[in-house]
Amino acid sequence: MSCETLSDKLTGYLDGELDQRSVGEVETHLRQCVACATRLERERRLRSAVQAQVKPLRAPDGLRERVRGALRAEVRAEVKERPRRSAWIPAWAATAAALVLGLGGGWQLATWRVSRSEPDLAPEIVASHVRSLQSDHLTDIGSSEHHTVKPWFAGKLDFSPPVPDFSAQGFPLAGGRLDYLGERQVAALVYRRRQHVINLFVWPSGESSAAPSTTSRRGFQMVHGAAGGMAYWAISDLNAAELTQFAQLTAGELSAKPPQP
Amino acid sequence: MDAATAARFEETALPHLDAAYTLARHLLRNEHDAEDVVQDAFLRAIRHFGGFRGGDMRAWLLTIVRNTCYSWLRRHRTDTQATEYDEMAHDAPRTPDDPESEMLRGALREALDQAIANLPIEFREVVILRDVQGLSYSEIAEVAGIPVGTVMSRLSRARQRLQRVLPIEDYRRN
Repeated sequence: MSCETLSDKLTGYLDGELDQRSVGEVETHLRQCVACATRLERERRLRSAVQAQVKPLRAPDGLRERVRGALRAEVRAEVKERPRRSAWIPAWAATAAALVLGLGGGWQLATWRVSRSEPDLAPEIVASHVRSLQSDHLTDIGSSEHHTVKPWFAGKLDFSPPVPDFSAQGFPLAGGRLDYLGERQVAALVYRRRQHVINLFVWPSGESSAAPSTTSRRGFQMVHGAAGGMAYWAISDLNAAELTQFAQLTAGELSAKPPQP
Repeated sequence: MDAATAARFEETALPHLDAAYTLARHLLRNEHDAEDVVQDAFLRAIRHFGGFRGGDMRAWLLTIVRNTCYSWLRRHRTDTQATEYDEMAHDAPRTPDDPESEMLRGALREALDQAIANLPIEFREVVILRDVQGLSYSEIAEVAGIPVGTVMSRLSRARQRLQRVLPIEDYRRN
Protein backbone atom coordinates (compact mmCIF):
# COMPACT_ATOMS: atom_id res chain seq x y z
CA MET A 1 0.00 0.00 0.00
CA SER A 2 1.37 3.41 -0.91
CA CYS A 3 1.50 6.41 1.40
CA GLU A 4 -1.06 8.26 -0.75
CA THR A 5 -3.69 5.54 -0.57
CA LEU A 6 -2.97 5.16 3.12
CA SER A 7 -3.42 8.83 3.95
CA ASP A 8 -7.10 8.86 4.98
CA LYS A 9 -6.94 5.41 6.48
CA LEU A 10 -4.31 6.60 8.93
CA THR A 11 -6.99 8.86 10.40
CA GLY A 12 -9.52 6.04 10.54
CA TYR A 13 -6.88 3.82 12.12
CA LEU A 14 -6.09 6.40 14.79
CA ASP A 15 -9.80 6.75 15.60
CA GLY A 16 -10.41 2.99 15.74
CA GLU A 17 -12.88 3.23 12.86
CA LEU A 18 -11.33 0.80 10.36
CA ASP A 19 -12.43 -2.74 9.66
CA GLN A 20 -10.12 -5.59 10.59
CA ARG A 21 -8.65 -5.98 7.11
CA SER A 22 -7.74 -2.30 6.75
CA VAL A 23 -6.21 -2.31 10.23
CA GLY A 24 -3.93 -5.10 9.06
CA GLU A 25 -2.94 -3.19 5.92
CA VAL A 26 -2.20 -0.02 7.86
CA GLU A 27 -0.15 -1.83 10.48
CA THR A 28 1.89 -3.63 7.84
CA HIS A 29 2.64 -0.33 6.15
CA LEU A 30 3.45 1.44 9.41
CA ARG A 31 6.13 -1.13 10.21
CA GLN A 32 7.90 -0.25 6.97
CA CYS A 33 7.28 3.48 6.64
CA VAL A 34 8.79 5.91 9.12
CA ALA A 35 7.15 8.88 7.43
CA CYS A 36 3.64 7.52 7.97
CA ALA A 37 4.43 6.40 11.51
CA THR A 38 5.60 9.95 12.24
CA ARG A 39 2.50 11.40 10.63
CA LEU A 40 0.31 9.16 12.75
CA GLU A 41 2.09 10.30 15.89
CA ARG A 42 1.70 13.96 14.94
CA GLU A 43 -1.99 13.46 14.24
CA ARG A 44 -2.41 11.70 17.56
CA ARG A 45 -0.86 14.68 19.37
CA LEU A 46 -2.97 17.14 17.43
CA ARG A 47 -6.09 15.18 18.26
CA SER A 48 -5.19 15.07 21.97
CA ALA A 49 -4.60 18.81 21.96
CA VAL A 50 -8.01 19.47 20.37
CA GLN A 51 -9.76 17.09 22.77
CA ALA A 52 -8.04 18.61 25.78
CA GLN A 53 -8.40 22.26 24.82
CA VAL A 54 -11.66 22.61 22.91
CA LYS A 55 -14.46 21.67 25.25
CA PRO A 56 -18.16 21.23 24.52
CA LEU A 57 -20.05 24.40 25.37
CA ARG A 58 -22.98 24.85 27.69
CA ALA A 59 -26.12 26.32 26.19
CA PRO A 60 -27.08 29.62 27.85
CA ASP A 61 -29.86 29.28 30.45
CA GLY A 62 -31.96 31.79 28.52
CA LEU A 63 -31.93 29.53 25.48
CA ARG A 64 -32.91 26.52 27.58
CA GLU A 65 -35.83 28.48 29.03
CA ARG A 66 -36.99 29.68 25.64
CA VAL A 67 -37.02 26.13 24.27
CA ARG A 68 -39.01 24.98 27.32
CA GLY A 69 -41.37 27.90 26.76
CA ALA A 70 -41.87 26.92 23.13
CA LEU A 71 -42.65 23.39 24.22
CA ARG A 72 -45.23 24.61 26.74
CA ALA A 73 -46.76 26.83 24.09
CA GLU A 74 -47.20 23.81 21.82
CA VAL A 75 -49.02 21.97 24.60
CA ARG A 76 -51.25 24.96 25.40
CA ALA A 77 -52.09 25.39 21.72
CA GLU A 78 -53.22 21.79 21.56
CA VAL A 79 -55.31 22.00 24.73
CA LYS A 80 -56.97 25.17 23.46
CA GLU A 81 -57.74 23.81 20.01
CA ARG A 82 -59.07 20.47 21.13
CA PRO A 83 -60.34 20.65 24.69
CA ARG A 84 -61.93 17.22 24.37
CA ARG A 85 -59.27 15.59 22.33
CA SER A 86 -60.03 12.17 23.68
CA ALA A 87 -63.05 10.71 25.37
CA TRP A 88 -61.04 8.78 27.88
CA ILE A 89 -58.72 11.56 29.02
CA PRO A 90 -60.91 14.12 30.77
CA ALA A 91 -60.32 17.70 29.69
CA TRP A 92 -59.37 18.65 33.23
CA ALA A 93 -56.54 16.11 33.16
CA ALA A 94 -55.08 17.57 29.98
CA THR A 95 -55.43 21.06 31.44
CA ALA A 96 -53.85 19.98 34.69
CA ALA A 97 -50.96 18.43 32.82
CA ALA A 98 -50.51 21.61 30.83
CA LEU A 99 -50.61 23.62 34.06
CA VAL A 100 -47.98 21.44 35.64
CA LEU A 101 -45.79 21.95 32.59
CA GLY A 102 -46.69 25.63 32.58
CA LEU A 103 -45.53 26.06 36.14
CA GLY A 104 -42.19 24.63 35.16
CA GLY A 105 -42.79 21.91 37.68
CA GLY A 106 -41.33 19.54 35.19
CA TRP A 107 -42.53 16.40 33.67
CA GLN A 108 -43.16 14.15 36.63
CA LEU A 109 -46.89 13.75 36.02
CA ALA A 110 -46.59 13.22 32.30
CA THR A 111 -43.38 11.28 32.59
CA TRP A 112 -45.05 8.81 34.82
CA ARG A 113 -47.47 8.02 32.07
CA VAL A 114 -44.76 7.67 29.45
CA SER A 115 -42.27 5.60 31.33
CA ARG A 116 -44.12 3.57 33.90
CA SER A 117 -43.28 0.47 31.90
CA GLU A 118 -39.57 1.12 32.39
CA PRO A 119 -37.88 -0.75 35.19
CA ASP A 120 -38.00 1.16 38.45
CA LEU A 121 -34.25 1.41 38.73
CA ALA A 122 -33.85 3.57 35.62
CA PRO A 123 -34.32 6.94 37.37
CA GLU A 124 -31.86 5.98 40.08
CA ILE A 125 -29.34 4.83 37.50
CA VAL A 126 -29.63 8.10 35.61
CA ALA A 127 -29.32 10.12 38.84
CA SER A 128 -26.25 8.18 39.88
CA HIS A 129 -24.66 8.53 36.44
CA VAL A 130 -25.28 12.28 36.32
CA ARG A 131 -24.02 12.71 39.88
CA SER A 132 -20.85 10.81 39.07
CA LEU A 133 -20.16 13.16 36.16
CA GLN A 134 -21.01 16.39 37.96
CA SER A 135 -19.58 15.99 41.40
CA ASP A 136 -16.02 15.29 40.34
CA HIS A 137 -16.50 11.96 42.03
CA LEU A 138 -16.41 9.60 39.12
CA THR A 139 -14.16 7.07 40.80
CA ASP A 140 -13.06 6.15 44.31
CA ILE A 141 -10.23 4.18 42.82
CA GLY A 142 -8.97 5.58 39.53
CA SER A 143 -6.99 3.06 37.54
CA SER A 144 -7.03 1.48 34.13
CA GLU A 145 -5.67 -1.76 35.63
CA HIS A 146 -8.36 -4.26 36.53
CA HIS A 147 -5.76 -5.97 38.76
CA THR A 148 -5.75 -2.75 40.83
CA VAL A 149 -9.47 -2.05 40.79
CA LYS A 150 -10.75 -5.53 41.64
CA PRO A 151 -8.86 -5.97 44.95
CA TRP A 152 -9.94 -2.48 45.99
CA PHE A 153 -13.55 -3.70 46.30
CA ALA A 154 -12.56 -6.57 48.62
CA GLY A 155 -13.95 -5.94 52.09
CA LYS A 156 -16.04 -2.99 50.91
CA LEU A 157 -18.82 -5.10 49.39
CA ASP A 158 -20.50 -8.35 50.42
CA PHE A 159 -19.67 -9.77 47.00
CA SER A 160 -16.70 -9.80 44.71
CA PRO A 161 -17.56 -7.90 41.52
CA PRO A 162 -15.95 -8.99 38.27
CA VAL A 163 -13.86 -6.21 36.76
CA PRO A 164 -13.59 -7.12 33.08
CA ASP A 165 -10.81 -5.73 30.93
CA PHE A 166 -12.27 -4.45 27.65
CA SER A 167 -9.36 -2.24 26.60
CA ALA A 168 -8.69 -4.45 23.57
CA GLN A 169 -12.26 -3.82 22.42
CA GLY A 170 -11.86 -0.05 22.81
CA PHE A 171 -13.50 0.37 26.21
CA PRO A 172 -10.62 1.19 28.57
CA LEU A 173 -11.28 0.98 32.30
CA ALA A 174 -11.14 4.29 34.18
CA GLY A 175 -11.73 3.00 37.71
CA GLY A 176 -14.39 2.02 40.20
CA ARG A 177 -16.45 3.36 43.10
CA LEU A 178 -19.05 2.23 45.59
CA ASP A 179 -22.60 3.28 44.92
CA TYR A 180 -26.13 2.61 46.21
CA LEU A 181 -29.04 1.49 44.08
CA GLY A 182 -32.39 0.29 45.33
CA GLU A 183 -31.02 0.54 48.88
CA ARG A 184 -28.26 -1.92 48.26
CA GLN A 185 -24.57 -1.41 47.80
CA VAL A 186 -23.35 -2.01 44.27
CA ALA A 187 -20.07 -1.88 42.41
CA ALA A 188 -19.86 0.96 39.90
CA LEU A 189 -17.19 0.35 37.26
CA VAL A 190 -16.25 3.24 35.04
CA TYR A 191 -15.22 2.72 31.44
CA ARG A 192 -14.54 5.11 28.61
CA ARG A 193 -15.27 5.14 24.91
CA ARG A 194 -13.63 8.13 23.19
CA GLN A 195 -14.86 11.05 25.34
CA HIS A 196 -17.89 9.16 26.63
CA VAL A 197 -18.09 7.83 30.16
CA ILE A 198 -19.83 4.52 30.77
CA ASN A 199 -21.00 3.61 34.25
CA LEU A 200 -21.43 -0.13 34.73
CA PHE A 201 -23.34 -1.10 37.87
CA VAL A 202 -23.02 -4.68 39.02
CA TRP A 203 -24.51 -6.64 41.92
CA PRO A 204 -25.62 -10.22 42.69
CA SER A 205 -29.01 -10.88 41.23
CA GLY A 206 -31.89 -13.24 41.91
CA GLU A 207 -32.06 -14.02 38.23
CA SER A 208 -29.18 -16.07 36.92
CA SER A 209 -29.52 -14.59 33.47
CA ALA A 210 -31.68 -12.13 31.55
CA ALA A 211 -31.20 -10.94 27.97
CA PRO A 212 -29.95 -7.38 27.55
CA SER A 213 -32.70 -4.80 27.34
CA THR A 214 -32.25 -1.25 26.10
CA THR A 215 -33.90 1.91 27.37
CA SER A 216 -33.19 5.57 26.96
CA ARG A 217 -33.97 8.31 29.41
CA ARG A 218 -33.12 11.99 29.51
CA GLY A 219 -30.84 11.48 26.55
CA PHE A 220 -28.86 8.66 28.10
CA GLN A 221 -28.75 5.17 26.74
CA MET A 222 -29.11 2.29 29.17
CA VAL A 223 -28.73 -1.43 28.74
CA HIS A 224 -29.44 -3.87 31.53
CA GLY A 225 -29.61 -7.59 32.00
CA ALA A 226 -28.24 -10.40 34.10
CA ALA A 227 -25.61 -13.05 33.52
CA GLY A 228 -23.71 -15.49 35.67
CA GLY A 229 -25.89 -14.61 38.69
CA MET A 230 -25.08 -10.90 38.43
CA ALA A 231 -27.37 -8.05 37.46
CA TYR A 232 -25.79 -5.29 35.43
CA TRP A 233 -26.82 -1.87 34.18
CA ALA A 234 -24.71 0.10 31.73
CA ILE A 235 -25.45 3.76 31.12
CA SER A 236 -23.80 6.38 28.93
CA ASP A 237 -24.40 9.17 26.47
CA LEU A 238 -22.79 6.87 23.93
CA ASN A 239 -24.94 5.75 21.00
CA ALA A 240 -27.18 2.72 21.49
CA ALA A 241 -25.24 0.43 19.14
CA GLU A 242 -21.91 0.83 20.90
CA LEU A 243 -23.43 0.63 24.37
CA THR A 244 -25.18 -2.58 23.36
CA GLN A 245 -21.84 -3.95 22.19
CA PHE A 246 -20.41 -3.03 25.59
CA ALA A 247 -23.31 -4.74 27.39
CA GLN A 248 -22.85 -7.88 25.31
CA LEU A 249 -19.17 -7.98 26.23
CA THR A 250 -20.15 -7.55 29.87
CA ALA A 251 -22.74 -10.33 29.73
CA GLY A 252 -20.21 -12.62 28.07
CA GLU A 253 -17.63 -11.88 30.76
CA LEU A 254 -20.12 -12.36 33.60
CA SER A 255 -21.35 -15.72 32.37
CA ALA A 256 -17.77 -16.85 31.77
CA LYS A 257 -16.78 -16.10 35.38
CA PRO A 258 -19.48 -16.91 37.94
CA PRO A 259 -18.96 -14.81 41.08
CA GLN A 260 -17.22 -16.28 44.07
CA PRO A 261 -19.43 -16.47 47.15
CA MET B 1 -48.63 18.35 20.97
CA ASP B 2 -50.08 16.61 24.01
CA ALA B 3 -48.53 16.78 27.46
CA ALA B 4 -47.11 13.28 27.36
CA THR B 5 -45.34 13.90 24.06
CA ALA B 6 -44.02 17.21 25.38
CA ALA B 7 -42.69 15.41 28.43
CA ARG B 8 -41.04 12.83 26.24
CA PHE B 9 -39.44 15.56 24.15
CA GLU B 10 -38.20 17.32 27.26
CA GLU B 11 -36.76 14.07 28.54
CA THR B 12 -35.11 12.80 25.37
CA ALA B 13 -34.26 15.89 23.33
CA LEU B 14 -33.53 18.68 25.79
CA PRO B 15 -30.44 16.97 27.26
CA HIS B 16 -28.83 17.45 23.84
CA LEU B 17 -29.26 21.22 23.90
CA ASP B 18 -25.60 21.70 24.88
CA ALA B 19 -24.44 19.53 21.99
CA ALA B 20 -26.72 21.47 19.64
CA TYR B 21 -25.41 24.80 20.89
CA THR B 22 -21.78 23.65 20.64
CA LEU B 23 -22.24 22.64 17.00
CA ALA B 24 -24.11 25.83 16.06
CA ARG B 25 -21.62 28.03 17.87
CA HIS B 26 -18.76 26.56 15.86
CA LEU B 27 -20.58 26.52 12.54
CA LEU B 28 -21.80 30.11 12.85
CA ARG B 29 -18.83 31.47 14.82
CA ASN B 30 -21.08 33.81 16.75
CA GLU B 31 -22.85 33.12 20.03
CA HIS B 32 -25.96 35.23 19.43
CA ASP B 33 -26.58 33.72 16.01
CA ALA B 34 -26.01 30.28 17.52
CA GLU B 35 -28.68 30.91 20.18
CA ASP B 36 -31.21 32.06 17.59
CA VAL B 37 -30.52 29.20 15.23
CA VAL B 38 -30.63 26.53 17.94
CA GLN B 39 -33.94 27.90 19.18
CA ASP B 40 -35.27 27.81 15.63
CA ALA B 41 -33.93 24.27 15.15
CA PHE B 42 -35.58 23.06 18.36
CA LEU B 43 -38.88 24.57 17.27
CA ARG B 44 -38.61 22.53 14.09
CA ALA B 45 -37.67 19.47 16.11
CA ILE B 46 -40.75 19.96 18.34
CA ARG B 47 -42.98 20.22 15.27
CA HIS B 48 -41.43 17.15 13.64
CA PHE B 49 -41.06 15.09 16.78
CA GLY B 50 -43.99 12.94 15.70
CA GLY B 51 -41.91 11.85 12.70
CA PHE B 52 -38.99 10.71 14.85
CA ARG B 53 -39.10 6.92 14.70
CA GLY B 54 -36.70 6.09 17.49
CA GLY B 55 -32.98 5.63 16.95
CA ASP B 56 -30.24 8.08 17.69
CA MET B 57 -31.92 11.19 19.12
CA ARG B 58 -28.70 13.18 19.33
CA ALA B 59 -27.86 12.53 15.67
CA TRP B 60 -31.44 13.38 14.65
CA LEU B 61 -31.32 16.70 16.51
CA LEU B 62 -27.82 17.59 15.33
CA THR B 63 -28.93 16.96 11.74
CA ILE B 64 -31.72 19.51 12.18
CA VAL B 65 -29.35 21.96 13.88
CA ARG B 66 -26.77 21.58 11.12
CA ASN B 67 -29.33 22.08 8.36
CA THR B 68 -30.75 25.13 10.12
CA CYS B 69 -27.23 26.55 10.43
CA TYR B 70 -26.56 26.01 6.73
CA SER B 71 -29.83 27.72 5.74
CA TRP B 72 -28.95 30.61 8.00
CA LEU B 73 -25.49 30.88 6.44
CA ARG B 74 -26.95 30.81 2.94
CA ARG B 75 -29.23 33.69 3.86
CA HIS B 76 -26.30 35.67 5.30
CA ARG B 77 -23.78 34.66 2.65
CA THR B 78 -21.96 37.98 2.48
CA ASP B 79 -20.77 37.68 6.08
CA THR B 80 -19.27 34.25 5.63
CA GLN B 81 -17.39 34.81 2.42
CA ALA B 82 -15.53 37.71 3.89
CA THR B 83 -14.03 35.50 6.57
CA GLU B 84 -13.18 32.42 4.54
CA TYR B 85 -10.15 30.46 5.51
CA ASP B 86 -6.93 32.30 4.80
CA GLU B 87 -4.02 30.05 5.50
CA MET B 88 -1.35 32.67 4.89
CA ALA B 89 -2.85 35.08 7.38
CA HIS B 90 -2.70 32.42 10.05
CA ASP B 91 0.79 31.31 9.26
CA ALA B 92 1.95 34.56 10.82
CA PRO B 93 5.41 34.53 12.36
CA ARG B 94 5.54 32.58 15.58
CA THR B 95 8.19 32.52 18.25
CA PRO B 96 9.62 29.03 18.35
CA ASP B 97 12.74 30.32 20.12
CA ASP B 98 10.67 31.42 23.05
CA PRO B 99 8.42 28.46 23.76
CA GLU B 100 7.60 29.51 27.30
CA SER B 101 5.69 32.59 26.25
CA GLU B 102 3.81 30.54 23.63
CA MET B 103 3.05 27.94 26.19
CA LEU B 104 1.36 30.32 28.59
CA ARG B 105 -1.83 28.87 29.86
CA GLY B 106 -4.65 29.56 27.47
CA ALA B 107 -2.42 30.42 24.53
CA LEU B 108 -2.75 26.97 23.01
CA ARG B 109 -6.49 26.96 23.53
CA GLU B 110 -6.83 30.34 21.88
CA ALA B 111 -4.66 29.31 18.95
CA LEU B 112 -6.64 26.11 18.46
CA ASP B 113 -9.98 27.93 18.69
CA GLN B 114 -8.76 30.38 16.10
CA ALA B 115 -7.41 27.68 13.81
CA ILE B 116 -10.66 25.71 14.00
CA ALA B 117 -12.73 28.83 13.39
CA ASN B 118 -10.70 29.42 10.23
CA LEU B 119 -11.24 25.95 8.79
CA PRO B 120 -13.70 25.71 5.89
CA ILE B 121 -17.07 24.76 7.31
CA GLU B 122 -17.13 21.19 5.94
CA PHE B 123 -13.83 20.48 7.68
CA ARG B 124 -14.80 22.38 10.82
CA GLU B 125 -17.97 20.38 11.37
CA VAL B 126 -16.26 16.98 11.25
CA VAL B 127 -13.58 18.10 13.74
CA ILE B 128 -16.20 19.47 16.12
CA LEU B 129 -18.50 16.45 15.81
CA ARG B 130 -15.64 13.99 16.24
CA ASP B 131 -12.97 15.48 18.47
CA VAL B 132 -15.13 17.78 20.60
CA GLN B 133 -18.46 15.93 20.69
CA GLY B 134 -17.20 12.36 20.29
CA LEU B 135 -19.56 11.12 17.57
CA SER B 136 -18.68 7.96 15.63
CA TYR B 137 -17.97 8.23 11.90
CA SER B 138 -21.36 6.71 11.08
CA GLU B 139 -23.14 9.22 13.30
CA ILE B 140 -21.25 12.07 11.64
CA ALA B 141 -22.16 10.62 8.24
CA GLU B 142 -25.82 10.75 9.27
CA VAL B 143 -25.63 14.31 10.62
CA ALA B 144 -23.67 15.72 7.68
CA GLY B 145 -25.43 13.63 5.04
CA ILE B 146 -22.19 12.27 3.56
CA PRO B 147 -20.69 8.77 3.21
CA VAL B 148 -18.51 7.43 6.03
CA GLY B 149 -15.47 7.46 3.70
CA THR B 150 -15.97 11.18 3.16
CA VAL B 151 -16.14 11.72 6.92
CA MET B 152 -12.75 10.04 7.21
CA SER B 153 -11.09 11.96 4.37
CA ARG B 154 -12.44 15.31 5.55
CA LEU B 155 -11.32 14.63 9.10
CA SER B 156 -7.90 13.64 7.82
CA ARG B 157 -7.54 16.83 5.82
CA ALA B 158 -8.96 18.97 8.61
CA ARG B 159 -6.41 17.66 11.08
CA GLN B 160 -3.60 18.16 8.57
CA ARG B 161 -4.65 21.77 8.15
CA LEU B 162 -4.72 22.28 11.90
CA GLN B 163 -1.23 20.83 12.15
CA ARG B 164 0.03 23.28 9.54
CA VAL B 165 -1.46 26.20 11.38
CA LEU B 166 -0.19 24.96 14.70
CA PRO B 167 3.29 23.50 14.17
CA ILE B 168 3.62 20.51 16.42
CA GLU B 169 6.70 21.90 18.14
CA ASP B 170 4.63 24.69 19.59
CA TYR B 171 2.50 22.44 21.70
CA ARG B 172 4.52 19.27 21.99
CA ARG B 173 4.98 19.81 25.73
CA ASN B 174 1.29 20.21 26.44
